[in-house]
Amino acid sequence: MSGSRERILARVRAALADVPRDERPGDVDVPRDYAREHGQGELIPVLTDRLLDYRALVHRVTAAELPGAIAAALARRGAARVVVPPGLPDAWLGEAGPVAVPDRPLDVAELDAVDGVLTGCAVAIAETGTIVLDAGPDQGRRAITLVPDYHLCVVPAERVVASVPQALPRLDPRRPLTWISGPSATSDIELNRVEGVHGPRTLEVVIVAG
Amino acid sequence: MRIALFITCVNDTLFPRTGQAVVRLLERLGHEVVFPAAQTCCGQMHYNTGYRREAQRLAVRFVRTFADCDVVLAPSGSCAGMVRDNYPRLADPGSRLHEAVSALAPRVVDLSELLVDVLEVTDVGAYFPHRVTYHPTCHGLRLLRLGDRPQRLLREVRGLELVELAGAEECCGFGGTFAVKNAAVSAAMAADKARHAADTGAEVLCAVDNSCLMHIGGTLDRQRAGVRVLHLAEILASTEEEPASL
Amino acid sequence: MSATFVGMPAFPAAARAATGDAQLRHNLRKATHTIRDRRRAVVEELDDWPRLRAAGRAVKDRVLRHLDHYLERLEEAVTAAGGRVHWAADAAEANAIVTGLVRATGEREVVKVKSMATQEIELNEALAAAGITAYETDLAELIVQLGDDRPSHILVPAIHRNRAEIREIFRRTMSEWGVPAPDDLTDDPAALAEAARRHLREKFLSAKVAVSGANFAVAETGSLVVLESEGNGRMCLTLPRTLISVVGIEKIVPTWADLEVFLQLLPRSSTGERMNPYTSVWSGVIPGDGPQEFHLVLLDNGRSATLADTVGRQALRCIRCSACLNICPVYERAGGHAYGSVYPGPIGAILTPQLRGTTTELDASLPYASSLCGACYEVCPVAIDIPEVLVHLRERVASGGGHTAERAAMAAAGWVLNDDRRLGLAQRAAGRMRGLVPRRLPGPGAAWTDTRDVPAIPAESFRDWWATRERGGGPDARGPADGRGRTEGGR
Repeated sequence: MSGSRERILARVRAALADVPRDERPGDVDVPRDYAREHGQGELIPVLTDRLLDYRALVHRVTAAELPGAIAAALARRGAARVVVPPGLPDAWLGEAGPVAVPDRPLDVAELDAVDGVLTGCAVAIAETGTIVLDAGPDQGRRAITLVPDYHLCVVPAERVVASVPQALPRLDPRRPLTWISGPSATSDIELNRVEGVHGPRTLEVVIVAG
Repeated sequence: MRIALFITCVNDTLFPRTGQAVVRLLERLGHEVVFPAAQTCCGQMHYNTGYRREAQRLAVRFVRTFADCDVVLAPSGSCAGMVRDNYPRLADPGSRLHEAVSALAPRVVDLSELLVDVLEVTDVGAYFPHRVTYHPTCHGLRLLRLGDRPQRLLREVRGLELVELAGAEECCGFGGTFAVKNAAVSAAMAADKARHAADTGAEVLCAVDNSCLMHIGGTLDRQRAGVRVLHLAEILASTEEEPASL
Repeated sequence: MSATFVGMPAFPAAARAATGDAQLRHNLRKATHTIRDRRRAVVEELDDWPRLRAAGRAVKDRVLRHLDHYLERLEEAVTAAGGRVHWAADAAEANAIVTGLVRATGEREVVKVKSMATQEIELNEALAAAGITAYETDLAELIVQLGDDRPSHILVPAIHRNRAEIREIFRRTMSEWGVPAPDDLTDDPAALAEAARRHLREKFLSAKVAVSGANFAVAETGSLVVLESEGNGRMCLTLPRTLISVVGIEKIVPTWADLEVFLQLLPRSSTGERMNPYTSVWSGVIPGDGPQEFHLVLLDNGRSATLADTVGRQALRCIRCSACLNICPVYERAGGHAYGSVYPGPIGAILTPQLRGTTTELDASLPYASSLCGACYEVCPVAIDIPEVLVHLRERVASGGGHTAERAAMAAAGWVLNDDRRLGLAQRAAGRMRGLVPRRLPGPGAAWTDTRDVPAIPAESFRDWWATRERGGGPDARGPADGRGRTEGGR
């Protein structure tokens, strides 16, 4: 369809006849005086508040408490088989507890049959209550955090930033990114928010600080 | 201070009482009002309906008529907004009209701006012993950014009880030719505004624009809602000796 | 089927019908007021909102002023990342491209992420004509599709439906498309969402081809960005083997870092959330993760013509948040269908006549579907001066033939108003007629007097009162009603 390519580009150039020929894209000034962050408070409490607002389940633990917290969360959920990404730190699951199902990769039917998924994250954004996955070793490919109905996500404090502008430089857009702000939800019925549609209906977050 | 009055064609033709109230009020405050006779209309209806050339001609006339005035009072939020916000778009950049507009437009003010910002007065010595609600018209709110200036003036009026209007910031549905081109939607908007006005229990709904008041008042009258409409000028001009007629 | 906008009446007639529909009015009022309050709360939370808005506007202007440059950059980056780029000059070409791509996979079904661009080109109808079934997976789109209905809102296409109506649509029609609704389905929104989940799950898990749009396309990296809530987007963007994204040429942002502006502006303006539940970003094909075949279809379909209008161009900044719909008093009462386009509300009133032209009665009526109250401009996160463009398009309509009676009336009014003496004479003539004005006017005047009284015409205009006073008639002198023996205009 190269004919249309040239046609569209020609139409666009003709439409921009008013733009001076020597103007470069960078000549169009973009004011960047907006805030890099909004000073809404200490990161972990703000993140916790926002996640709770989305009706995620949130815990704050120390590194030493993490395996116990994970085991307890999975036990509460009744999750006996959880899919795990290839690079999940061994220590997170401890020795006892649920069966970790490695992503070999699993097909969708297999993913649909597990009780949940356990991952880390690339970045978390306090102001917006957002967890970003970038398919890193402790997160895995996108499908494993999508098909299971329960997502248990570990957020190390050092990966928490205040704001969206602080998050973007930490992320590589050439990797597949999934930004998660609470469990799946819809506002399509009378514009009231209802949690739980196609994505995981339960999001449980364990923040590791100290 | 010498204040040039741009009465606006709607006030001139249909609501002379508003202009008379402005004159009475400003003279009571010790100012001189002049009325350049060559004035007619700001061209808002033409501009908003898509008749740019006609609007341009009226803009030229306006600028010529008021060029030498220090301050021009337009007791209509939308007409003041037309001059300040739209005249610069009517004139080609670099043209003589554009230059004249840039010089004049900032000196064109609404009544509440004139009193609060230019004359620096909020207590104008008015007396109006009635329950009043205030409708901030769209152009007063969003073009002129009048903020709470009108309410500050109303709060200083002796005897006046100011009550909140629900949905105050929503358009009354007038919109010039919109009121007839899209009469059904316009009437539905006016009906909601009238209902909110009636719900306040106010005797009077006040605004800074007689076009909107004509629309809201016409609806209230048709519904026999018992709420009257009055321009801000008429309330501020009202005194014990010369009360505004309701 | 009714799911097309062809043959719609002009806006005033459609809007008049809508204002008489009490259920619709109630649904719209409730929904728009809910969302506008939510938006206001999360916008006020950011003290730099005006600066973010200015930046959003400027980034989009940079793209639009150099769109050819950015389109080539985007094509290069997507291709380098393993995607294939197609160019579609109009709807027919876009539909042909997508149909061809689906056919090449051998599949007869596609799952769809909600996308304005594919609605605009009526892709579902084109696919159906080619024997391919498109399943809408966004809940509101699903409600519209199952109800053989038309979308009435950009963000929430089924905003005109309340929960009871949705329940009826699900119970009646889900079985025709796949997994039926449960027998005991209630109108609880959670139960309705659960029914949608069950209905679509099998489709997601078996789909081989997905069609999406995109909220943003990053020229620098070739990344596409889709914001959504339900996870249906993630399903479509992740599980199928082939992904086809149809994206308007104006959706570009220059750099990855520019998203820091839009990922703040869009969710807060749109759903009134600090962030929407899910945002997916992908660049081309990622081996072992997600679709292994990716096609980007760049769509013009009237956008380059819109770009050519230096006033109207700003409409292309739109990021489809729908804040202008939610705040608009006209939209609230007329409903989305009256606009006769997938783009309703204030943005639709300036976008549709530019994308489609103003040759039909409907499209020519859209620039007038506003009282010019300016609330839309105030909430627009990229500062599109919608009233300015509306007035500009009215000028285009008024000067393009038609409106003969109005043109004559405006010219006559202009003639009277361009001379203070003529105006004074007209006022005095009106003053003499004042007793003769009936309570209900005939002809076009009835549009006013059907619901509103006309003001009484005063005996004397202000300028005549002033002239009398200047002649020494005293501060409150009132001249005779007929203006006899008067000098002109006090000069």
